[in-house]
Amino acid sequence: MDFRLTDEQRQVEEMVRALARKEFAPRAAQVDEESRYPEENHRRLAELGLLGMLYPASFGGSEAGPVAYTIALREVAGGCASTGVGMAVTNMVGETIYRFGGEEQRRKYLPMLSGGKGAGAFALTEPGAGSDAGGLSTFAREDGGHFVLDGSKVFITNGAHACVSIVLALTQKSPRKISAFLVEPGTPGFNVGKGERKMGLKGSDTVSLSFEECRIGKSAMLGSPGEGLKIALSALDGGRIGIASQAIGIARAALSAATEYAKDRRQFGQAIGDFQAIQWKLADAATEIDAAQLLVFRAACLKERTVPYSKEASMAKVFATEAGNRACHAAVQILGGYGYIREYPVERHLRDIRVTTIYEGTSEIQRLVISRALNR
Amino acid sequence: MVFDLSDEQRMIQETARNFAMKEVLPRAAELDESGRFPTELVRQMGDLGFMGIAVPEEHGGAGMDNVCYAIAMEEISRACASTGVIMSVNNSLACDPILKFGSDEMKREYLAPMASGKKLGCFGLTEPGAGSDAGSQKTTAVRDGDFYVVNGTKNFITNAPQADTCVLFTMTDKSKGHKGITAFVVDMKWKGISLGKPEKKMGIKASATSSIIFEDVRVPAKNRLGNEGDGFKVAMNTLDGGRIGIAAQALGIARASMEDALSYSKDRKQFGQPISDFQAIQWMLADMATEIDAARLLTWRAAWMKDRKMRHSKESSMAKLYASEAAMRAAVKGVQIHGGYGYIKEYPAERHFRDAKITEIYEGTSEIQRLVISSALLKG
Repeated sequence: MDFRLTDEQRQVEEMVRALARKEFAPRAAQVDEESRYPEENHRRLAELGLLGMLYPASFGGSEAGPVAYTIALREVAGGCASTGVGMAVTNMVGETIYRFGGEEQRRKYLPMLSGGKGAGAFALTEPGAGSDAGGLSTFAREDGGHFVLDGSKVFITNGAHACVSIVLALTQKSPRKISAFLVEPGTPGFNVGKGERKMGLKGSDTVSLSFEECRIGKSAMLGSPGEGLKIALSALDGGRIGIASQAIGIARAALSAATEYAKDRRQFGQAIGDFQAIQWKLADAATEIDAAQLLVFRAACLKERTVPYSKEASMAKVFATEAGNRACHAAVQILGGYGYIREYPVERHLRDIRVTTIYEGTSEIQRLVISRALNR
Repeated sequence: MVFDLSDEQRMIQETARNFAMKEVLPRAAELDESGRFPTELVRQMGDLGFMGIAVPEEHGGAGMDNVCYAIAMEEISRACASTGVIMSVNNSLACDPILKFGSDEMKREYLAPMASGKKLGCFGLTEPGAGSDAGSQKTTAVRDGDFYVVNGTKNFITNAPQADTCVLFTMTDKSKGHKGITAFVVDMKWKGISLGKPEKKMGIKASATSSIIFEDVRVPAKNRLGNEGDGFKVAMNTLDGGRIGIAAQALGIARASMEDALSYSKDRKQFGQPISDFQAIQWMLADMATEIDAARLLTWRAAWMKDRKMRHSKESSMAKLYASEAAMRAAVKGVQIHGGYGYIKEYPAERHFRDAKITEIYEGTSEIQRLVISSALLKG
């Protein structure tokens, strides 16, 4: 047992923390206010090797490993949660192409993703297929040397900025077979809808995608025919560790803002941090955030050693995102009226963190994964 | 970062689990019912080295680390929380302070017999008027030549009725407040020491708890633990370790609640299917399992830090706070999953519920843990 970070992991932590504090945090309020995709942040992430952390340098990656990746993502999300989710999905897409892609696909897309030529998008969710991801209906019909895609996807993070999207579609209706495809922007018949207006994460790009007679080459298939759901679930196991880290980053930012506020703000002749009512909230938030962090590190360590970690990733995600929501909620309460206005960051933290219990598998899906593992 | 257990840690986990399942668990219901002190189990635990796990072999202990201690505590408490606390008090509250602050002579005379399980220890800090406010000690120790004369009453002392040795806290200089507290190692057979009658408790019934009354007890000055005025420091330092033990005990109780509820939910059929097929039940089990894992990681982190002699007050408090409250939540859910059967003594769920409650109270209430954690945050 060893709870220490390696020197390399500590260096990543320091570097990314400095980046997030100096560059991302100062513009996070403006990014949120304007619902603007922060291109400049993603460019910086690319420059520092933070968009391809899970594959080797021969493909343009930095191969820092799952633990270092969760640390980097946490720090980025602490500065700007919108930037965090974009980074998370791009890394997940790159890793998935690295794991399941052919040599040519890897050579083509991985350097683009890590180099910031564009983001990566993961198109699984559909209007009728949310938690029931296997119930998707986008269809990929074989036509000579091509596949022809028809259908629509919703809530696709990075969709409008992606240089490549992993698209899940049925290749056979009975029995149902799902396959994965790599689709590039500009492919005729592939249209990007307009951005969703969201409660939070306003600087993240969330769009619907539609495919109308969208013709792609056979070489666009990722993995083998019928392997799509396996690819998606494997991507999501890793993705869940990422979202858990994002939640921890946001929650830590909220806790630190609330702690500072509690030291300064005086009521009834003393700092409000001297009241147990406030101390209790801070203690609970800090304890739960530490527990969440340990669950995340455990899952990431299992992943790093390539042993199964689905249950542990789900535990990390459900715990970290729910604890993070509680922490942000407490932070708003500690700031009182100031927690509700945009002059202070905690109202943004609360809006931003809300989605973490929803995307990449709702809390309900995580509990299903965990209870199935227990019942086995 | 490595979350794997070492060979030694895995070995003690296996040993403790086997012993707990074979010897302790079959007796747990009877021990709870009768409130009988499990003398035979304590003796066996002594033989296994469980009464002084993190005490070096030269002082009679097993010479393992604090992670091993947390692991063994969890396993024993999984079977019987009463047996768990007897073990925890001896390890953390009696052996540990003598190991850390005691003289060589004390280690020979008092530590070695306790660490090897030949004798049993207790920890005399709490008083009728000094619970969470442990600094307001009324028990006095007045210097008289080579002796101190001790007068006062300690209450809620775990192991007191069976204990041979007590790590005792007294006030030697009231004008100095906290800094006037002094600790001693006391032989429970000494003249002037008597016991109140054992408390009748909600749970952990097989652990004996009573008050200890000191009337003109003459304690040799060489039995002073640390210097005059060091007592509060000794107590707080000791409790930092004790909280790891109680966190591990809570973990064991939580696991018992979950494992019993899980197996019940697979057998119990309603509406034509096992109740484990209903999401209402699955959700409870998923939350119990997740919180138990979170609690265990916090506990092991604190133990690991103690092994490295890092400051771990905040981390011990986090582990104790979280594990004990998670145990209570798990016990509530365990009873709920059992329904009516959770409320009767034929099933262990109701015992877990009663046993879990104390973990939020002793060795620092949840409120004291939150105080420790928040002052670390606000002063940091």
